[in-house]
Amino acid sequence: MTCLPAHTEKKLGLVIDLDTCVGCQACVTACKEWNTGGHMAPLTDIDPYGGHVDGVWFNRVHTYEHMTEMGGRTVNFPRSCLHCEQPACVTVCPTGASYKRASDGIVLVDEDKCIGCKLCSWACPYGAREFDTDVGVMKKCTLCVDRIYNDNLAEEDRVPACVAACPTSARHFGDLGDPASAISQLVEARGGVELMPELGYKPTNRYLPPRARTERAARVDAPALEPIRAEGGFLGWIDRMLSN
Amino acid sequence: MHPAISVVFFTTATGAGYGLLALLGVLGGLGYVEPGFWFGLVSMALALGLIVAGLLSSTGHLGRPERAWRAFSQWRSSWLSREGVASVATFIPAALFGIGWAVLGRSGGWVAVAGLLAAAGGAATVGATGMIYASLKPIAQWHSRYTLPAYLVFAAMTGAVLLNALLQGFGRGSTSVLACAGLATLAGWGWKLATWRHNDRLELPTSTNAATGLAGGTVRSIEWPHTEENYVLKEMGFRIARKHSARLRRITNFLAFAAPAVLLGIAFLLPWPVAAATASVLAALLQFAGMLVERWLFFAEAKHTVTLYYGR
Repeated sequence: MTCLPAHTEKKLGLVIDLDTCVGCQACVTACKEWNTGGHMAPLTDIDPYGGHVDGVWFNRVHTYEHMTEMGGRTVNFPRSCLHCEQPACVTVCPTGASYKRASDGIVLVDEDKCIGCKLCSWACPYGAREFDTDVGVMKKCTLCVDRIYNDNLAEEDRVPACVAACPTSARHFGDLGDPASAISQLVEARGGVELMPELGYKPTNRYLPPRARTERAARVDAPALEPIRAEGGFLGWIDRMLSN
Repeated sequence: MHPAISVVFFTTATGAGYGLLALLGVLGGLGYVEPGFWFGLVSMALALGLIVAGLLSSTGHLGRPERAWRAFSQWRSSWLSREGVASVATFIPAALFGIGWAVLGRSGGWVAVAGLLAAAGGAATVGATGMIYASLKPIAQWHSRYTLPAYLVFAAMTGAVLLNALLQGFGRGSTSVLACAGLATLAGWGWKLATWRHNDRLELPTSTNAATGLAGGTVRSIEWPHTEENYVLKEMGFRIARKHSARLRRITNFLAFAAPAVLLGIAFLLPWPVAAATASVLAALLQFAGMLVERWLFFAEAKHTVTLYYGR
């Protein structure tokens, strides 16, 4: 049913720290690796070794230059589904293939119902949905719904693959609907923001802006290199001979 | 936005088909236009043929067309589903009207009721088509008060020009229908010019700062996540038309509006029925071609917010 639930018990989502993301693409490849065998499998690759590489990815890392009066800085920016509270991608779906779960707020696609009309991808301002030309249906991030509730995995592994893979802990997973949860408190402490709030989609995921610059950072200036002094004696004579 | 040929033809053809059906339903049902066997048959076949061809063409856009029947289920939330339901529901009064008016040669009574219901169904379907686009917030050129009236005005315009061409072609020209077709063409032209003027001053409804959560200063894309174009760029980042938009707008102005208006004016003034019929049919053909270009531009000139992420 593409009508939205009035209320979701949880608001599971991601918090992405733009301060510590190093743009290593580990989350991207971990996502592809897990999901090409997961709920929305396969994440097809078209012409993977040819000149027109294409295919489905749920997570893409952009890089931006952010210039302010404090100077410029490079910001790596992972972009994926934000599991919005008002996901127009769900309400525009004519078949009921797209839905938002009342239990945890995850937005999913039922591949068996999708007719591949692509309207949901037009309705998403964030570009989170990608059409699979191989299978003819729309695909999107599942928040690794087949990991986070998976009893066959060790408890510490029951997080989305992107979160598990991140080497700098720039990605956090949890219930953003619970103000007491660690992830909500992280958002509170770091002033996490919604993307494009003016469009009214009410995304669940939050992004933590880069921390302000500080003068407390350690100075790592190395002393200037000095020219090598010519040595005297036999070695000095050899050095002079060889230098000629 | 990528202009899929199947969708461009679909919206243009069903617009004209439902416009013609609605006019036949109202004018025929109330007895203002007598059917006559061949005229009734040809005009109903043209209206329903355009509608069916358009609907079939729309399934060409689908990844899994064999599941298209599922699209009738979500009318409570989805304008695309409502469009599907309205389009199929309209066939019932349209068929009854066709039997009563074109085959039995009757008007008034239940034929008038069926004709009016077919007209209402056609308007509802075209309106739902317009709302599919008008409801999409990420695309400012579509999420505008111009979009829904445009679909209705263009359907009425192309329908009126087609009805006039049919009447003139069968030697039953009506000056009031001819005048309405000409005025509708001018009205459509005015609406398109106003829409373009509005769109040319539009800004995206958001900014790269808001898209990335980076407040203040400027945000410039310096590296994409992929080296080749992906689905998002091909579908939502289509750019070819912006290069040629001025020329394509001139083509639209000429084919869809100026040439048909002049031809209809000539038909209005000429006393010879054959010349008036030729001008009227030519006006309908040119206008249909022009509306295909207009609809192509409608997609190609629309800019999606996701382009912000790519610095486009």
